[in-house]
Amino acid sequence: MSMLPDSHGRFGPYGGRYVPETLMPALLELEAEYAKVKKDRRFQADLAYYLKQYVGRPTSLYRADRLTKKLGGAKIYLKREDLCHTGAHKINNAIGQVLLAMRMKKRRIIAETGAGQHGVATATAAAMFGLECEVYMGTEDMQRQALNVYRMRLLGATVTGVDAGSRTLKDAISEAMRDWTTNVRTTHYILGSVLGAHPYPMMIRDFQAIIGKEARKQILAAEGKLPNYLVACVGGGSNSIGLFHAFLRDPKVKMIGVEAGGSGIVSGKHAARFSGGKPGVLQGTMTYLLQDENGQINLTHSVSAGLDYAAVGPEHSLYHDQGRIEYTYATDTEAMSAFDLLAREEGIVPALESAHAIAEVVKLAPKLKKSQLIIANLSGRGDKDVQQVAKMRGVEL
Amino acid sequence: MSGRLETTFQRLRDKKEKALIAYLMAGDPGLAETEQLVVALEQAGADIIELGVPFSDPIADGPVIQQAAERGLKSGTTLRKILDSVKSLRQRTEISIVLMLYYNSIHAMGCEEFCKAAGAAGVDGLIVPDMPPDEAGPLKKPADAAGLPLIFLLAPTSTTDRRKLVAKESHGFVYYVSLTGITGSKLSNVGDVQDNVKKLRKVSTSPVAVGFGVATPEDAARVSKIADGVIVGSAIVKRIASYQQDPAMVEHVAEFVRSLKAAMAPA
Repeated sequence: MSMLPDSHGRFGPYGGRYVPETLMPALLELEAEYAKVKKDRRFQADLAYYLKQYVGRPTSLYRADRLTKKLGGAKIYLKREDLCHTGAHKINNAIGQVLLAMRMKKRRIIAETGAGQHGVATATAAAMFGLECEVYMGTEDMQRQALNVYRMRLLGATVTGVDAGSRTLKDAISEAMRDWTTNVRTTHYILGSVLGAHPYPMMIRDFQAIIGKEARKQILAAEGKLPNYLVACVGGGSNSIGLFHAFLRDPKVKMIGVEAGGSGIVSGKHAARFSGGKPGVLQGTMTYLLQDENGQINLTHSVSAGLDYAAVGPEHSLYHDQGRIEYTYATDTEAMSAFDLLAREEGIVPALESAHAIAEVVKLAPKLKKSQLIIANLSGRGDKDVQQVAKMRGVEL
Repeated sequence: MSGRLETTFQRLRDKKEKALIAYLMAGDPGLAETEQLVVALEQAGADIIELGVPFSDPIADGPVIQQAAERGLKSGTTLRKILDSVKSLRQRTEISIVLMLYYNSIHAMGCEEFCKAAGAAGVDGLIVPDMPPDEAGPLKKPADAAGLPLIFLLAPTSTTDRRKLVAKESHGFVYYVSLTGITGSKLSNVGDVQDNVKKLRKVSTSPVAVGFGVATPEDAARVSKIADGVIVGSAIVKRIASYQQDPAMVEHVAEFVRSLKAAMAPA
């Protein structure tokens, strides 16, 4: 296992615990409890059971022949997290954390959500275990992802709109942190990505690392060798670190994280933290942020609500500085055409988030030899985006 | 060495009085008004001014302070301009001024440069609500060198270990958060506050100020019997917001502060 983070929750200079004192005891309790369950066979067996029988793991590693042929270069595999119950990788973490919340005797669950996938996954896991659930969501995102809002309500969750700031993921996280600060004695906060204060980035990474563990076995079984490239989109960075983590010690495996280029970097309307950001502290962690010279957080833009966030997981910041992972971006336009391409060539409608990873594959594959392998993480399915895409194209449903 | 803050608490102790700590969001509605407010609130009985630095994502604050921060940002307020304001205030007043600011505002300027500038401007202490003592390493030395005490917060959820840590690391005073929640919530259990302040006094020699949820002269009276200082934030900021268009805004706010201080008078 990785030695990171250190005992202070640091990934090199990044990470840490920048939270109000009120939350410190809860974070320390969570860290201690998580350390216990990591070694607890019963907990791990329960988690494995739900991941297999309820989520549907392992997800397949699918060889995308028509996409490979169309792009005319490297052989492309898709890790099908879109086939998880609820339609995205988010459920891996939600199940893990709900099990943890129950051990800590916390019967109320709160979460933030951007695209709605983490909110749906949390509402689902809470429903399955009979816990009360409240999800915070920016009102701008509630409009873009109306379908997921209704799904969460069907699952019995309360969805609370957040009308502050940019009315997107960032503001939903702040509001969830305020709720947690107020109700910390009874409530567990299920953060959805490798963000926030220690131990969240570590714990969520561990819950998502199953993606890469499976993919590593699957590619070795299918091809008898490791892939040349891994590609995944990076919002907070949980699906990407989930895929990458099991390969970090394979120096020949190159990794590319794809951020949201929005309307382009020059336009300033984007969420590409490694292209326009610098280190700072937001919502509990030290990491790369989009901010102005006074440290005020910039508004971000992306067609994809799940990537529309000013900070990136602290572990990514370290790998960025070390050069272990390369970070690039795809613009809204590139992601939209990748969305179409995958639907037409493979019969898979990807989430707009995952379409950013496909957009990078479109650029990368033709430059590689046919004997080379790419695994792209198809982190979620695009059903939730169909309405928004139709609307953007002026199609009335 | 905590200069003005220490002197303030000593002077009050001699008079058997408690400190009224009044919170203002710098730049709400503008820095000129903030400067007028500081002077007027001192005359109205405030002993210490806690000056908030507007931040885009204030996770420890309720809606009243959040909106004040938005107004502060809209009026073009930056940390550097606030320090200039403090400097110019120092020609008119010796009231203790502590800054309440989120860590990213400091980080963006750099810990060293910030502490030097704040010390030189005449700031008397720092409250950083998203920086527990565990993360204060990089700020400690430069703050010390500039004579800026770091004031840490203690909460009702804090364990014995945390209480000891905060007591050890906090200088100037300890900021006891009266409730499990964010600023502007309703003060509920004064008995609990009393118990926790007692426990804190066993491990700390610093004065204890209580904040979050102190909204009325009655609240201030009750809390002043328990603590060395009473911090009032949202209730003041709310009045500044509602009198925004009123030319007598400063006088209205001063009147409220006068009523708080009057309620805190020793029996």
